[in-house]
Amino acid sequence: MAKKTIIPIGPYHPLQEEPEFFKLHVEGEKVVGLDIELGYNHRGIEKLSESKTFEQTVFLVERICGICSTSHPIACVQAIEDAGDIEVPERALYIRSVIGELERIHSHLLWLGLAGHFLGFNTVWMWVWRYREDVLDIMELITGNRNHYAMMKPGGVHRDIKNEDIPTIKKMCDGLKKPLALFRDAVIDDPVIHARLKGVGVLSRQQIIDYGALGPTARASGVAIDVRRDHPHAAYDRIDWDVIITQNGDVFDKTVVRILEMFESVKIIYQCIEKLKTVTGPYNSNPKEIKPGDGIGHYEAPRGEVIHYIRSDGTNRPARHKVRAPSFMNIVTDREAVLGESVADASIILAAVDPCYCCTERMAAVDSRTGRQVLTSAELLRLSREKTEKLKKEIGAPGPQLDLGA
Amino acid sequence: MTREEVLAKIEQSLSDKTVEIFKKSDRRTYIEVKPEDIPEASRFIFRDIGARFQIASGIDTPTGFEILYHWALDAYNHIVTIKTKLDKEKPEIDSIAPVCVAAEWIEREMWELLGITFRNHPDMRRLLLIDDWPEGVYPLRRDYSTGGEYKKEKE
Repeated sequence: MAKKTIIPIGPYHPLQEEPEFFKLHVEGEKVVGLDIELGYNHRGIEKLSESKTFEQTVFLVERICGICSTSHPIACVQAIEDAGDIEVPERALYIRSVIGELERIHSHLLWLGLAGHFLGFNTVWMWVWRYREDVLDIMELITGNRNHYAMMKPGGVHRDIKNEDIPTIKKMCDGLKKPLALFRDAVIDDPVIHARLKGVGVLSRQQIIDYGALGPTARASGVAIDVRRDHPHAAYDRIDWDVIITQNGDVFDKTVVRILEMFESVKIIYQCIEKLKTVTGPYNSNPKEIKPGDGIGHYEAPRGEVIHYIRSDGTNRPARHKVRAPSFMNIVTDREAVLGESVADASIILAAVDPCYCCTERMAAVDSRTGRQVLTSAELLRLSREKTEKLKKEIGAPGPQLDLGA
Repeated sequence: MTREEVLAKIEQSLSDKTVEIFKKSDRRTYIEVKPEDIPEASRFIFRDIGARFQIASGIDTPTGFEILYHWALDAYNHIVTIKTKLDKEKPEIDSIAPVCVAAEWIEREMWELLGITFRNHPDMRRLLLIDDWPEGVYPLRRDYSTGGEYKKEKE
């Protein structure tokens, strides 16, 4: 029997954009267990929120995460609206959906680029992120910021989308279609990607249900949950779109779900901006007070459902504000997904749920130097890339070909 | 089944445990049960109804601790929250992690941040707080004010 070894990944590691500590238990090349340690990004946001007014709370939760920085505000304002029975004007609902979907596209593109990077396809990474820039530019045009848009407020949105900006948004979406189709074909038809991702890190339908996993992670295993469809909010019940579901539960299917979802997002944005031309009227209802009560708001963030629970006691501050991000449920599934896989595949499996650590840990306040040593810094990335190189030679294919002629 | 039928079934099955039921709207229901009934109520809504465990919110209120378990009925556009009230001095409750593994992390979080003890939890240890955080200090309690409290022990 091979000797059992622990490979520590993290807490600070070139493979991760954020601190997290995975202890990978291996026997030879085979992963036999995983222990996950959190807390390196813990900032005390739930506690902080209790000292802010409802308006300020929305800005605070926007700071939970840089990537899904509008998912938390949408869930938060919906929780406040649920607690206070506040009406939202129709125009604001469409604006919320436009911002939410633009964010989904840029978040999925970010993940796709990183996945390419982990596998050693840096061309994918460069091209994908180049098109992500276009989405961020549109965000800047609409909201004034590439990230942290500050658009949501209880009872509506802070800023209108100007009708003269609509052609520019439409043009950007038109421009995205070709590269998205290219990414789709490059990934779905490429034999090297197949060899790396198919049948790797499989999560069964039952595991998804038991762990309460969410978003693309669940939908890739055939669990058809999507808060946008199941619990309609914003403008999602007023337009025509589909929930993307695949059945195999491996990393390949998670990739496919994310790529296909971007097409749906483009579809949603087209319909919303078309509606914005005709739906006039106010874009916020300016609520003056939040009556006492419990409120739950949730929103389908790019990684899955974000849920906020707010208790109002009739003052202008939340008495309790609970935040649960999708990665909190999704990261746990890693310990099932990596079992029995090889070390070289571990990095892409851990990345496959699109973990977002700053979302998962809303609360620690103190940064402590625990003196842990990271033993394998670039080792795993090297292993993963070597495997791709080896497969390329065996298969005789060079990997995804991206020629946009630009 | 329609939403009304499912909700009626939940209401009826939990009726002998229910302390109070509050139908906030056609998308939200709050059911209060006694702490000892939480594992059975959770098993029922998770296994028999097929609800999805969203999260549990622990709250420190002036009169005691509260835990709200949020369960989503995705097919019916509804969230059922099963809540319970715990003793202020000695907050203790049975873990629902043996019934629903998804609750494992959040119970660890409530334990370290609010000081609620979960009996029969399969893997009770710290989740978010750092290793040298002092024992018995619970940052999400009302009597904990931010700033100043936390002093790192000097070697």
